[in-house]
Amino acid sequence: MRPILMKGHERPLTFLRYNKDGDLLFSCAKDHTPTLWFADNGERLGTYRGHNGAVWCCDVSRDSSRLITGSADQTAKLWDVKSGKELFTFKFGSPTRSVDFALGDHLAVITTDHFVDRMAAIHVKRIAEDPEDQVSDSVLVLQCPDGKKRINRAVWGPLNQTIVSAGEDTVIRIWDTETGKLLNETNEEVGHKKAITSLCKAADDSHFLTGSHDKTAKLWDMRTLTLIKTYTTGVPVNAVAMSPLLNHVVLGGGQDASAVTTTDHRAGKFEAKFYDKILQEEIGGVKGHFGPINALAFNPDGKSFSSGGEDGYVRLHHFDSDYFNIKI
Amino acid sequence: MAAVVDIDALSAQLGVNWSEVNLDSIQLPPGNNFGIESDDEAVYHDDQSEFDTGFGNIIVVDHLPVVPKEKFEKLEGVLKKIYNQLGVIKENGLWMPVDPDTKMTLGYCFIEFNTPQETELDCLTMVVYILRVCFNVWGSLQEAQNAKEKSHGYKLDKTHIFAVNMFDDFDRLMNVREEWEPPQARPYVPGENLQKWLTDEKARDQLVIRSGPDTEVYWNDARQKKPEPVHKRPYWTESYVQWSPLGTYLVTLHKQGAAVWGGADTFTRLMRYQHSMVKLVDFSPGERYLVTYHSQEPSNPRDASKVEIKVFDVRTGRMMRDFKGSADEFSIGGPGGVAGASWPVFRWAGGKDDKYFAKLSKNTISVYETETFSLIDKKSMKVDNVVDICWSPTDSILSLFVPEQGGGNQPAKVALVQIPSKVELRQKNLFSVSDCKMYWQSSGEYLAVKVDRYTKTKKSTYSGFELFRIKERDIPIEVLELDNKNDKIIAFAWEPKGHRFAVIHGDQPRPDVSFYSMKTAQNTGRVSKLATLKAKQANALFWSPTGKYIILAGLKGFNGQLEFFNVDELETMATAEHFMATDIEWDPTGRYVATAVTSVHEMENGFTIWSFNGNLVYRILKDHFFQLAWRPRPPSFLTAEKEEEIAKNLKKYSKKYEAEDQDVSLLLSEQDREKRRALKEEWEKWVMQWKSLHEEEKLERQDLRDGEVSDVEEDEYEAKEVEFEDLIDVTEEIVQESM
Repeated sequence: MRPILMKGHERPLTFLRYNKDGDLLFSCAKDHTPTLWFADNGERLGTYRGHNGAVWCCDVSRDSSRLITGSADQTAKLWDVKSGKELFTFKFGSPTRSVDFALGDHLAVITTDHFVDRMAAIHVKRIAEDPEDQVSDSVLVLQCPDGKKRINRAVWGPLNQTIVSAGEDTVIRIWDTETGKLLNETNEEVGHKKAITSLCKAADDSHFLTGSHDKTAKLWDMRTLTLIKTYTTGVPVNAVAMSPLLNHVVLGGGQDASAVTTTDHRAGKFEAKFYDKILQEEIGGVKGHFGPINALAFNPDGKSFSSGGEDGYVRLHHFDSDYFNIKI
Repeated sequence: MAAVVDIDALSAQLGVNWSEVNLDSIQLPPGNNFGIESDDEAVYHDDQSEFDTGFGNIIVVDHLPVVPKEKFEKLEGVLKKIYNQLGVIKENGLWMPVDPDTKMTLGYCFIEFNTPQETELDCLTMVVYILRVCFNVWGSLQEAQNAKEKSHGYKLDKTHIFAVNMFDDFDRLMNVREEWEPPQARPYVPGENLQKWLTDEKARDQLVIRSGPDTEVYWNDARQKKPEPVHKRPYWTESYVQWSPLGTYLVTLHKQGAAVWGGADTFTRLMRYQHSMVKLVDFSPGERYLVTYHSQEPSNPRDASKVEIKVFDVRTGRMMRDFKGSADEFSIGGPGGVAGASWPVFRWAGGKDDKYFAKLSKNTISVYETETFSLIDKKSMKVDNVVDICWSPTDSILSLFVPEQGGGNQPAKVALVQIPSKVELRQKNLFSVSDCKMYWQSSGEYLAVKVDRYTKTKKSTYSGFELFRIKERDIPIEVLELDNKNDKIIAFAWEPKGHRFAVIHGDQPRPDVSFYSMKTAQNTGRVSKLATLKAKQANALFWSPTGKYIILAGLKGFNGQLEFFNVDELETMATAEHFMATDIEWDPTGRYVATAVTSVHEMENGFTIWSFNGNLVYRILKDHFFQLAWRPRPPSFLTAEKEEEIAKNLKKYSKKYEAEDQDVSLLLSEQDREKRRALKEEWEKWVMQWKSLHEEEKLERQDLRDGEVSDVEEDEYEAKEVEFEDLIDVTEEIVQESM
């Protein structure tokens, strides 16, 4: 498996997203320009210029026409995927951490950080069919008990009836999107022990995977918030992904950038580690980054995946045929 | 009970500042727990009756000189001087009776130590009263006891050796009945079986690990490929734990002192040794004595730190001797100022008898014997400038090293001294020496001295060995130099119980490893080289405790490279890596070896167990991993011949164990399959549930998507396998048939 190295960002990667057809790959980084790549050969298609801060997250609509990005410049922006034109800007008084389109692409959930006297919050925005009609009002605003703790990710549950959020306070919460009520949350016993850094959900919204600094990733039922699996690894987890094709999960991470030793690249364990989703056993690892892995994404066809690192590279891996015959 | 406000008011009135009261230092008086249940109750139980008469703070000192009236005051002064060091004598508390006729003293006196003054307790505040009583009563009783113990046997001069008794004891002894009553035979209560772990049916070994707040003891169950928990306790120790040399006890360190644990089924506390703020402990090799160490940093950084060392009898818990002084008295002192004492301060002579222990201080070697806990011949050995001593592991022979003096006029010296006779068995003078290191072979047969010498220019050094054959007549010495004299010696290790040793020498990062033997079949009286392995990534040597196998390890800079080497066959059995490994320890039987990454690194903390030949058995990850220690085993009772016999007929004996191994591995794979099947089934259940829910919600999803039908998961694309064959070109080549 020879990876394709995609060098386009000047700063550490933060997020990767494939479109539904799996032919396009969007990447976000701490430089200010989200970038679009061909998911097959890694060719750069273009960039989305307009943000004035690190871009933390993005999402693309089902028909691959709209892109939404969240940035540390305290805005979330809507883009026309094809032309790269900026369509609308949502302004918040604090950095935007995560964005996610709802089923049907008429709603988006956006999380914002704690900033000065603004508490971290989850905002739900209506996305208009025609950008001309777009308004910036929130349909719903949710707040966690400790408003100073960052909410690292919020995604839509099945049928847009719920929102699942997770962040620095280690608790995963499920909210009712109708009433804004908290429906369910993880307790200390089964929940993560340290900040949750990443969350990725299955294609059918039935379950999701969370990665945490407590060196584990956990798999949950999205409706009942039942803990199904725990994957233990030796390093803090920054990014998680699930194969849509096989029962595999991928965990990426490594030592904090500030604590990385300078002696040996292996010391940081900057590996994307593959686990058997059911048996929770490690299958193998993909090395290559020389900094922690911050972002992981599977192509919807399950035949390739990409990883983005603190080192500023996106590595695109097409699996060898051996991969599909792994037996453990 | 008085309200808190009252207590505060009263304490202010009495000038007690609560913030300055150290609650840990308060000890309740014996026999009164003020209704607070304590798990230490048993400890106080025995003492209780002794103090009931209220004369517990009075001692009687006998065998004083009988003096006339003129000398009375002088003697009184001497006594006061002696006893004021041991406690506070009550005002007019010293009473020396005088014969009314002769005006001579009677040769004894009474000394009363300070008791609580009956203060005006007009208000009913228990709290303050309790505090006073605690400090004073307990203190004075302690003082009296202490004074009795310390001064009993004190030699005022040759004829007057103090006999000190508690006043209360007189009453007791006077009341002894005239007729002898046979003591009641107490029923035999078997003590705790401290050797139980050795009788494990699967002949496994135990190991203790510390990670985070927890200290855990495990069986190393290599067959099951996992450790089996024995005992786990959070906050078991306040700094570290240590096994006794024969594995009987596990010692833990606490603020109040050290404690030893052991026993048949689980770890129970067997004994405690009071030594406040103990920092280090050390056992005698036969584990009869425990040495504890405490040092206090001086307030003035230029002063030496204060050191207190106590020697306890492990089984009875009695303190045998304590040593106090500044750190200088317990070390040779570094060249540039005060060096701290290097542990262990007291080095025990080899053998199970625990007979002698030695201390090295400036120009002096003090050897004590454990019968009386005093210096042999009542004096230390004066050896000018001695810098290092080393006991033979089996005999009471001490090797010592004295460096060069007078700028080379007086050569350096390595000597062997027999204890207790202090006879010098052998000595060797060495010239232009910069440093020496002494290595005893584990059965005391050989002593290797690594000598670093200056080259002629004095700019650099080179190394060689002086090899002493202790067990041979006149102790012959042989000089060994490496093939390349200029090689630096990185590590040296004797084969346990064997005649071979290994040396890592040469330049980093790829030094060579050489093996030598003190006797080979051809050459019994001379050392000979067996082999040199070139360019190894190693900086440490770990022999198996049974010899024959060695691990050449590259720790630290080499990232944990391991090479498992068979010295008999001179072949590498396996190479492996435990990334960033910091520690390596063989189990006491030499069957398994543990490598660990301790918390000096942040990542990948934990340990790995390997078989002796380098197969990975299992790995355990633990955050904040501090320590791993195998439980030692006492030496085998089998004779060397018997051991050889077993080794010869190993096939016969091993059959049984091989069968057992196979059973276990079958069982394991069966269990494993079962577990996997269960996991898969459980997962299938989830998937089924999700699928049906997904199906149910299909229409709603369509609605949300404005009527768009397709779901991703409903195969939009049908995968078809198409075989396509294309004939590009056909050429015919005639290959000449070879004959």
